[in-house]
Amino acid sequence: MRKALFPIALAAAALTLAVSAQAQKVTEVNFYYPVAVGGPVTKTIDQMAADFGKENPDIKVNPIYSGTYQESIVKVLTATKSGKPPQLAVLLSTDMFSLIDEDAIVPIDDVAKSAEDRKWLDGFYKSFMLNSRTGGKTWGIPFQRSTIVLYWNKDAFKEAGLDPEKGPASWDQMVEFAKKLTKTDASGNVTQWGVKIPSSGFPYWLFQGLTTPNDAILMNEAGTETYFDKPAVIEALQYWVDLSAKHKVMPAGVIEWGTTPKDFFEKKAAMIWTTTGNLTNIRTNATFPFGVAMLPAKKHPGSPTGGGNFYIFAKTTPAEQAAALKFAKWATAPQRAAQWSIATGYVAVTPAAWDTPEMKKYAQDVPQALVARDQLQYSVAELSTHDNQRVTTALNNGLQAALTGAKPPADAMRDAQREATRLLKDFKK
Amino acid sequence: MRRPGAVTPWLLLLPALALLAAFTHWPALATLWHSAMSTPKKARPSRFVGLDNYRAMVEDDVFWQALWNNVIFAAGTIPLSIALAIAMALWVNGRIRGRGFLRLAYFTPTVLPMIAVANIWLFFYTPQYGLLEQVTQALGLPSHNWLGDKSTVLGAMIVVAIWKEAGFFMIFYLAALQGISPSLAEAAALEGASRGQYFRRVLFPLLMPTTLFVLINALINSVRMVDHIFVMTRGGPDNASTLLLYYIYQVGFSFWDSGYAAALTVVVLIVLALVAVLQFGVLERRIHYR
Repeated sequence: MRKALFPIALAAAALTLAVSAQAQKVTEVNFYYPVAVGGPVTKTIDQMAADFGKENPDIKVNPIYSGTYQESIVKVLTATKSGKPPQLAVLLSTDMFSLIDEDAIVPIDDVAKSAEDRKWLDGFYKSFMLNSRTGGKTWGIPFQRSTIVLYWNKDAFKEAGLDPEKGPASWDQMVEFAKKLTKTDASGNVTQWGVKIPSSGFPYWLFQGLTTPNDAILMNEAGTETYFDKPAVIEALQYWVDLSAKHKVMPAGVIEWGTTPKDFFEKKAAMIWTTTGNLTNIRTNATFPFGVAMLPAKKHPGSPTGGGNFYIFAKTTPAEQAAALKFAKWATAPQRAAQWSIATGYVAVTPAAWDTPEMKKYAQDVPQALVARDQLQYSVAELSTHDNQRVTTALNNGLQAALTGAKPPADAMRDAQREATRLLKDFKK
Repeated sequence: MRRPGAVTPWLLLLPALALLAAFTHWPALATLWHSAMSTPKKARPSRFVGLDNYRAMVEDDVFWQALWNNVIFAAGTIPLSIALAIAMALWVNGRIRGRGFLRLAYFTPTVLPMIAVANIWLFFYTPQYGLLEQVTQALGLPSHNWLGDKSTVLGAMIVVAIWKEAGFFMIFYLAALQGISPSLAEAAALEGASRGQYFRRVLFPLLMPTTLFVLINALINSVRMVDHIFVMTRGGPDNASTLLLYYIYQVGFSFWDSGYAAALTVVVLIVLALVAVLQFGVLERRIHYR
């Protein structure tokens, strides 16, 4: 379905390009965007572009669906290398360094010069800006941002004799709860696991939900150094490994990210860690009351942010860049941000958005949505460095090696750090 | 009568030749050239580095693991899928009830898109409530995380590949079997040959041309078929299910290291070419064409 839309969107874009050759006055903004969560995202984006067009007849935004995040960056970079970049795109906030290294994007500050623009840039949550700034410049505008939270099954808590209204607050408490929640049948097979922290695909992100509360950061702001082998990091990994190896409250081996919400609906896991973006999905499919909590604290609470930013592209005209900025500004205005958050489950990116009547009503209906916002004050940037995909792959391999029992946590992290140091050698000045 | 000049055959060959040159030969040569160049970076444009990319490959543990995984993947899928294909072809070639339905059933996996198949199998392998787990639980066997364990993930991928391929190969064997004259079976029966002897001495040798064709296809597939890796494991856990082509994609389009990706591609091309030469050279002589 999604795949089939792309050629149509492309054809439509080509058609509009051809048409616009005659009408010179309109500035075209080709806008690549991915779809990473459920829900009618394509429809919402098309509607936004149409509404924007009505208010700004001199700008035409062409939304182009570009696949998953991974497919989108491939398309955008390929287009850039062939000299025809889009004017605007939503890509992972962690792609910032890769895009800078490819000379693909322009700093937002170069386009947003007026005092009003500055004020707008300062209006976002600080934790979302952590992944949008480096070297004193702003490169991305938060748009579809998420964070990790813990979901728990209230019925299962009641059955285990726990307070159904309280999620685990600390690491020790999570183990204690999980032990009570793990159920085995007569033949010794586990029928319900205490907790599941998924580890397929991008385990580094979930891992940051463990390192952050343990007061460990994984990289410097310049994206040239990583700290994978620090004792606090190894301790966090040891805790993750122990959940299955020592405490037997989490299945052994790698846990699939994609099926974790289903494990929760099927009552095979009493607590799960997953993105806030799954809130709507879980609300629709869970047949039991559930709670949403911040990730448990060690030294303090903490979690990484995630998701996508707007980027404005180089090798386009200043007029196009200004038009792209105007759309990004319009799309992140409080009311729009609120609507976008309600439609998708992403966290609204500005405090102002949470003050809109629409958002207030939503928060009343779905109080679970507030947890993600409240957790933001403890949030850190998602792991992002130069040569980002390679460095995160090195960490992912180390994490999976430890979780599958192939290497002890300390060895796995030391190997990952060695590889990351080697990869980042050229970027240190 | 005028003899056609030397130009005519070339003109007739031109469309095919142009397509081959543009989409096969030129990219292959370009890849070879790129593999000797460094990947362009912001401050450093691409430059000639000779064999540096290949030297890096020798030291790259992931490359060796991907290569080894691919050897296991090929050794696991090729013989089994061919044996299964022959068995299925013999079965649906006989005069049995519901033959059409059976043929269709065997062929269905081939028709389904690999991405859809991978999503179905993802559910089969899901711990606790997946299809496989339901069966093993009913038999009282312990639960297992098939895709999350380094020791079973590659085996799980092999099973998916066999399931997908066997039906496709069956079609070729079925066509070959239909072309074999029934008089051979009658003659063998008159001589008192058992069914096993008939298969070993008569049918199997007659099927050898098909087997060679299928073998080459199976080998190409064992290198080419990586779609399910994207959906099911993304090469994990810890590269335990990374195959060569998947690794090339990762290096080329996740890491944007075009020089190294080109070098990896060249190695795959050479390995495949060598195997093809070996297959045609050695097996060809032992095959009986009618």
